Amino acid sequence: MRTGTVYTETVIYSAPEAFVNDVPYQTAIVTLEGGGRVTCRIVGDRVAIDDRVVEVEERDGVPFFRKGP
Amino acid sequence: MRDVAVIGVGKTPFGAFPDRDLRSLAVEAGEKALKNGRVTPEQIESFYLGNFAGPSFVGQNHLAPYVSTALGIQDVPATRIEAACASSGSAFYHAWSEVSSGVNDIVMVVGVEKMTSQPTARVSQILAEAGDCSGEMRAGNTFASLFAMIARRHMHDFGTLKEHLSSVAVKNHANGALNPDAHMRKVITLEQAMKAKPIAEPLNLYDCSLISDGAAAAILVPLERAREFSGKPVRVLGIAQASDYLALDQKDDITTFPAVRRAGGKAYRMAGVTAQDIQFAELHDCFTIAEIVATEDLGFVERGRGGPYAFEGHTARTGERPVNTSGGLKAKGHPVGATGVGQIFDLVQQIRCEAGERQIPRHSLGLAENLGGSGATCVVTILGEA
Repeated sequence: MRTGTVYTETVIYSAPEAFVNDVPYQTAIVTLEGGGRVTCRIVGDRVAIDDRVVEVEERDGVPFFRKGP
Repeated sequence: MRDVAVIGVGKTPFGAFPDRDLRSLAVEAGEKALKNGRVTPEQIESFYLGNFAGPSFVGQNHLAPYVSTALGIQDVPATRIEAACASSGSAFYHAWSEVSSGVNDIVMVVGVEKMTSQPTARVSQILAEAGDCSGEMRAGNTFASLFAMIARRHMHDFGTLKEHLSSVAVKNHANGALNPDAHMRKVITLEQAMKAKPIAEPLNLYDCSLISDGAAAAILVPLERAREFSGKPVRVLGIAQASDYLALDQKDDITTFPAVRRAGGKAYRMAGVTAQDIQFAELHDCFTIAEIVATEDLGFVERGRGGPYAFEGHTARTGERPVNTSGGLKAKGHPVGATGVGQIFDLVQQIRCEAGERQIPRHSLGLAENLGGSGATCVVTILGEA
């Protein structure tokens, strides 16, 4: 699984139609170990800029990351 | 290239108008501009409509002739421009380019959006379609959350504080309270602005612009013909449009908008002025952080210092370079497709000394910055006395 560091993040309280049942939830842009960035959802503990994160799964084409390893 | 002047402007109030449809708003603004410029519909040689999402918001497509014919404008080209929140700034740019290049002499541009007939979650969904739907939006982002991520990084890199963001909201509400056509005429305190309910951290309700209905219109002609129509022409001194990636994750640095820098630089060169010459501006404060970043990207203040620049009052109505004397998108309202021409209206009002209680003393050279999405389109326009 991919690893990286958090470039930026936010916690969303006001969601579009498709995500209203998920609030609050965290999204982030992660700078990947091998280069490039990806926009993802965060699961588990909240993360902050510069935290290390690891990918846990992909759902409907959206990568989910958590704090770690 | 020919020099171009704005000879007529018109605008509806911005707000929530349950009894008004898209076309009636557009027609009201258009008719006001015709009257203001002393132009008849038969004289209009080309028509541009700026609109972001009429098909999604109100279920109507083919909007340009839908509006132009209702204004009594027949037979001429009628073209809709869509560039997210920069739709009518871009429509104005294309109208200008037609006059400047000599294709047509008398060109009208109208911007309109009718948003409040949809519930907020649906509005967020429609607005989100202006982001990259294959990636960032699919993950559950909204425009508020994209700008929240920009704010987080700006705070991290430059020490920008929540107080700095909130001071932009306080200033723009103070200005909007003096604007009879503003959506929200309410003065707020810094404490209120800091403590509102969270939307996407670190942004709260008062960091976000409004969901509004409204329309604005302008008529452009060659400068050499301006006196045939209006006693108060305003000159287009510089204008440029630039573009960039939709997705934030494709950018090296999200604390700056390259499209704003490029459009601003080109517009300054065309006008033969520098950032320091600009006396006042209408900047695209869709979120408070966007105004702060725009003051940096346009060179009003050095990179990273936009937060303190706002907080210390330099952009207040009484400051050295007032920003958003209209109330901005924050308080005046943000009917997406109307915003770009709405900014032109506000500059023209100040330059003509018709801004009432909001009138500022140095008002002969103004700049409008209209941003689409999270920076994928930008139009910068510099207007001055003719």
